[in-house]
Amino acid sequence: MKAYGRTLLIAALLAGVAGPAAARKDKEDAPPAQGASAEPDNPYPSTYKPYPGRPTAIRGATIFDGEGGRIDNGVVFLSDGKVTAIGGPDTPIPADIAVFDGTGKYVTPGVIDIHSHLGDYPSPGVEANSDGNEATAPVTAHVWAEHSIWPQDAGFSRALANGGVTSLQILPGSANLFGGRSVTLKNVPARTMQGMKFPGAPQGLKMACGENPKRVYGSKGREPATRMGNMAVNRQTWIKAREYQKKRAAGKDQTRDLGMETLADVLEGKIMVHNHCYRADEMANVIDMSKEFGYKVAAFHHAVEAYKIADLLRDNGICAALWGDWYGFKMEAYDGIKENLPLVHRAGACAIVHSDDQDGIQRLNQEAAKALGAGRRMGIDISDEVAWTWLAINPARAMGIAEQTGSLKVGKMADVVLWNGNPFSTYTRPEKVWIDGALLYDSANPKLRPVVDFELGQIGAGDVK
Amino acid sequence: MRYPTNKTPFALFQRAACLVRMSKGFPSYLLKRQKGASTGSARTVLGAILLATTTTAFAQSIVITGATLAIGDGSEPIKNGTVVISAGKVVAAGAGVAVPAGVKTIDAGGKWVTPGIMSGFSRVGLAEVPAVKETNDTSARSPFSAAIDVAPVINPLANPIAISRTAGITRAVVAPATGTNIFAGQGAVVDLGADMSPITKARAFQYVEMGEAGVQEAGGSRAAMILTFKMMLREAQDYAKAPASYDGRSRDALLNRVDAEALVPVVSGAMPLMVHAESARDILAVLALRQDFPALKLILAGATEGWMVAAQIAAAKVPVITAGLEDLPSSFEKLAATQSNVGRLVKAGVSVSMGMLTGDDALQLRAATQQAGNMVALLKVPGATGLSWGQALRTITSAPAEAMGLGDRIGSLKAGKAGDVVIWDGDPLEMTSAPVAVWIDGVQQPLENRQTKLRDRYATPTEGALPKAYEW
Repeated sequence: MKAYGRTLLIAALLAGVAGPAAARKDKEDAPPAQGASAEPDNPYPSTYKPYPGRPTAIRGATIFDGEGGRIDNGVVFLSDGKVTAIGGPDTPIPADIAVFDGTGKYVTPGVIDIHSHLGDYPSPGVEANSDGNEATAPVTAHVWAEHSIWPQDAGFSRALANGGVTSLQILPGSANLFGGRSVTLKNVPARTMQGMKFPGAPQGLKMACGENPKRVYGSKGREPATRMGNMAVNRQTWIKAREYQKKRAAGKDQTRDLGMETLADVLEGKIMVHNHCYRADEMANVIDMSKEFGYKVAAFHHAVEAYKIADLLRDNGICAALWGDWYGFKMEAYDGIKENLPLVHRAGACAIVHSDDQDGIQRLNQEAAKALGAGRRMGIDISDEVAWTWLAINPARAMGIAEQTGSLKVGKMADVVLWNGNPFSTYTRPEKVWIDGALLYDSANPKLRPVVDFELGQIGAGDVK
Repeated sequence: MRYPTNKTPFALFQRAACLVRMSKGFPSYLLKRQKGASTGSARTVLGAILLATTTTAFAQSIVITGATLAIGDGSEPIKNGTVVISAGKVVAAGAGVAVPAGVKTIDAGGKWVTPGIMSGFSRVGLAEVPAVKETNDTSARSPFSAAIDVAPVINPLANPIAISRTAGITRAVVAPATGTNIFAGQGAVVDLGADMSPITKARAFQYVEMGEAGVQEAGGSRAAMILTFKMMLREAQDYAKAPASYDGRSRDALLNRVDAEALVPVVSGAMPLMVHAESARDILAVLALRQDFPALKLILAGATEGWMVAAQIAAAKVPVITAGLEDLPSSFEKLAATQSNVGRLVKAGVSVSMGMLTGDDALQLRAATQQAGNMVALLKVPGATGLSWGQALRTITSAPAEAMGLGDRIGSLKAGKAGDVVIWDGDPLEMTSAPVAVWIDGVQQPLENRQTKLRDRYATPTEGALPKAYEW
């Protein structure tokens, strides 16, 4: 037994099953819709509307703008849900608005987590709630992670209050080669998934290299059972997808296939590929495969060996979404090092800090600090404000939402964190968090601590967490 | 894997050790230390001879001056502190300590000095790659449970030991995991030194699951779990009364002879019983076990909802080893989880340590400083209960040492304690900081590991005149 598994997801995968819930039901999913597409392009649209905010300014804080810029003794002004002004101490702000003194504090764009399973593997992690891996076939490009999301996962609220997370991508798990579509959310409590859905954000496709797919299916006596099997099934699938996409583009009749729709959208650049991949050699194979079939990988996730091929990632314009210091929990993670992020960054590639974890998402700033310190010790001198790009504009770009959020630029969403100190310090926590200009967390106001339905009426509800 | 060549100034030993290295494949520094504290595991005859002849040679006398100094006993750090180490032990630490003449002095101006960090809970040395079963010795489906003893199988060459040492972790509690019934077996306290004798205290405690995990091991209900516990301890009492006549093979027996024998010191209180329980109700049920077995020397592990029954835990004088940062209702036994758990327990008078109770227990012992630092962060969060810096450091130094009954030997920089010392390049509870020097039992430790080797090899990712495989 493992009394203390890593996250539910990892523990489940290590055990070689789909999860404690091991979605082992016989596959009886509704068959794909038939016939010509009379269906809408966007059948599960976002219903998210920014909550009311009031014009707000923060004065006197150190600002990291999320794109590498820093303003000391800065001013940021939010109104109508947007960043309206940002600048030095003389930046004009209207009278009669809420002004917070940021002296000794820091302001950053909200943290963006590109790799989360909140809602799909929610708290409590009981079998009945385990909805993150459709581990019934290695190719499940037809499933959408958004259809598993339980908005009553308390993990969202902790990510907000302790982590300053304002946007996050929820991905299917990594049991499958093609895990399904991801969804990007605003970290706003809601009754429905649609109420959290980031308006206009592109969907992603989760893919996975390596140990997980080959173990999950190999242990069932099915393909793939090897890394070459992984690649073979991937390539066969892309061949079918290209045929499907060509017919679709030409307006030819064919049975609508949800999985093929996903892959055709990837081939047409509408869906971004997020590829779980640990080893350098496997990432290189995936890069060649993406060229073979004409698609683009937005980011390799986990990528503990990204530092070995940082030049390849740079040359191919692929981001690496990484932990601060995870290593060694399975064979393909054996060569993880703390300097991964700074080495990728120094090579000129796009580095991102991600969590993949309900606890880690509450401290992505500290994960970045581990890497930042390790990098500086080996002579990679990255400033705090530049390192903040790992949590801001870099993930925003890899998720296709950089036009709307990910930095404090005039006209962008007012997704803002006021930290009570330097956010790379262990001693620092979010003091206030705004999402689209609405104050949704205030450490000084217990009524601004979200309490999800699951917690309501339970011991500890509304407690400081 | 390769290790650095020996760089110690002790030529005599180097030569002897080289012979060992050639014959055994061990790097020389792995055999250079003798530890008075060891109660422990078997050594090779050759190793024992070597160690016996080099006892004093390798425990350096060192003076560290000018540091921001934290003792580890809960007191706050002081400026310009001095630490004196000799013969493997702390001679003195504090402000205004006299500096002995003729001793190697290290100026730690601008740096921080703490006792070595101790993980209050881990499985380090029991697994190299936890998911690779051949390397994972944490649990077993075997005929045995309570008799299992991890001490002889702790692997001092496991890479996570070197990686943790590099991060300033010098000691750790190591627990087995259950595999057969609610009892997992006997855990140890280890040091993370670069040598072949890791044991500080073998058979330091017995480990038992008494929460959701224990329920599973006991067949599916809490009632069965409590009854199983009581009946097993009664069988141990039977064994103690008449070892020769204890059968343990009959169909009714819950324990075989060796498992019954292993629980005898638990019943008598000679061996601490570390009980993993998370929920408030399970914790109270654990404390109530003393009604039937008054001598039980309890240690609570987990205790995520401990704050709800903090007064009872304090009254029972039971130390707690917890994860610190749990704040999600991640299971029904953790509904009331909050990061303020540690602060509230300490406020109630409970001795609290922190350890790896939420995963990565074989690998990420270095999270200790992050756990402690976050307790300090809570001081600035309205409504939260945190710890002062000194109290936070105590949870990862002297508190776990005391919980293991080793408070007189390790865990702080008080005179007479083991010379486990770390010099840090900044505040040790900040994630940007790291050790610049580590001593265990007064012996300076190597700070290289395969991660630093990989880092150096790939500082430039592209190949040079030869492939990367030639860069080492």
